[in-house]
Amino acid sequence: MDKYRIDPSKGLEFGIYTLGDHLPDPRTGERISTEQRLHEIIEYAKMAEQANVDFFSVGESHQEFFATQAHAIVLSAIAQATNKMRIGSSSTIISTSDPVRVYENFATLDLLSKGRAEIVAGRASRIGLFELLGYNLKDYEELFEEKFELLLKINEEEVINWNGEYRSALKNAKILPRPVAGSLPIWRAVGGTPPSAIKAGYAGVPMFMAHLGGPATSFKQTIDAYREAAHRNGLDPSQLPVATAGFFYAADTTQQAFSEYYPHINEGMKRTNGQGFPKQYFAQGTDPHNIINVGSPQEIIEKILYQHELFNHQRYIAQIDFGGVPFDKLQKNIEILGTEIIPAIKKYTMKNRK
Amino acid sequence: MKVVGLSGSIVGTKTRIAMDYTIKTLTEKFPDIEVTLIDLADYDLPFSDGRNYLDYEGDAKYVTQTIMEADTLIIGAPIFQASIPATLKNIFDLLPVNAFLDKVTSILITAGSSKHYLIAEHQLKPILAYMKAQIVQTYAFIEEKDFHRKQIIHDDVLFRIQRLVDDTVELTETFAKIREAKDTAYGF
Repeated sequence: MDKYRIDPSKGLEFGIYTLGDHLPDPRTGERISTEQRLHEIIEYAKMAEQANVDFFSVGESHQEFFATQAHAIVLSAIAQATNKMRIGSSSTIISTSDPVRVYENFATLDLLSKGRAEIVAGRASRIGLFELLGYNLKDYEELFEEKFELLLKINEEEVINWNGEYRSALKNAKILPRPVAGSLPIWRAVGGTPPSAIKAGYAGVPMFMAHLGGPATSFKQTIDAYREAAHRNGLDPSQLPVATAGFFYAADTTQQAFSEYYPHINEGMKRTNGQGFPKQYFAQGTDPHNIINVGSPQEIIEKILYQHELFNHQRYIAQIDFGGVPFDKLQKNIEILGTEIIPAIKKYTMKNRK
Repeated sequence: MKVVGLSGSIVGTKTRIAMDYTIKTLTEKFPDIEVTLIDLADYDLPFSDGRNYLDYEGDAKYVTQTIMEADTLIIGAPIFQASIPATLKNIFDLLPVNAFLDKVTSILITAGSSKHYLIAEHQLKPILAYMKAQIVQTYAFIEEKDFHRKQIIHDDVLFRIQRLVDDTVELTETFAKIREAKDTAYGF
């Protein structure tokens, strides 16, 4: 796990991710300016570091209601504002980017942040960016696979000889700068279902698995499929980190957490995905075996520990700020994380604890 | 309450005639209900390529969004080759998996023969159920012989349409009430 800068003996890592969505607060109907949203994301990252969050990541989305299209630049500002927390993308849409440019950006980010940068590469769930950036949607699968492979190759080899279909060939190309440790942790972003996880496992690439709701056991199938695929290909799954990422919201009571958070999820999903989050499904999130980490601090601690026992994953990444959650609520969540949730999770997942 | 009437074929006249009767019955009896009729013959729609419906442009964007915003969908369709028309199936393919969650759907079929009576039961209802619709179980089945020169000539068919409209509105209201009560009971 050293290669990925993860030390499992220190316990489950706690991360925070934002998609960089820029939605109105459904309670007031008002939306802050893009400028304010960007600055709040940087403040959010600073607070996260103070609360001992291990990892903070920012997503790339090019559709309406998002503010971090230039996510590498936002991460660069976060690098300047923080000192020790690792930072990354969640995710970088590699299909519609040039892997060389992506690597240049993130290697630079790694140097600026003194060895804290990571890439999570994904495929996009919406497709507007294909037209915007000049790609053919028919190549959706292949664009990702080919460019992701090239990205991994650039990470491993300093001088590249490469031929492909979707980018001009590289001949003895030196991709510079190089990151602090010579390579970057690069993760494959995976939705909740096994097929993409199997590809990640087979290639021996760390998996960043995003999930909405449902029983944690359903997602265990995806993680098992990932590790089995790695094993089948002669790789050691115990050396491959797994991160899970999903909805998180803590408040003093379960009731308060659900009533504060639900409108943001429901209205936010309607705008960004075309369908709300059904209340009945969300209400099942109160079950300790449901993967939605919403509730009182104690409930969330128990849920995350249960998930850790089930998944034996190395990192959990919380999405708190979706759908216009106001900044004071983010502050409150970070405070609860720093004082109650993270210390408890570290205490119970640290190896060789006394 | 927002109702969308969907005339599910791009050829022929009878489904559209029956849908016009249905919409007329609905607006006369329930003038406050907002009704939109989508006749697929009026639109140029691509086959679904699996993208999120918000990512379509033009007619496909209009048709999918109008359906997604509806509380109720009255689907009218002829029967072709002992099945629903491909144009109607394409509408389902253009929409998300749970597109009809919290929506009521009802069905009106026009067919050349009574032999087609169970097609809706066997082929259309399972799709609607899969997409999470609340289905008005009894549908209106209208045969070619019920029409004469663009008119419905059998009173019984008009009565069936009236009952279909009543059932559709009543179920939409009922499910809205049930949902409201359930949502309140969750306490958040």
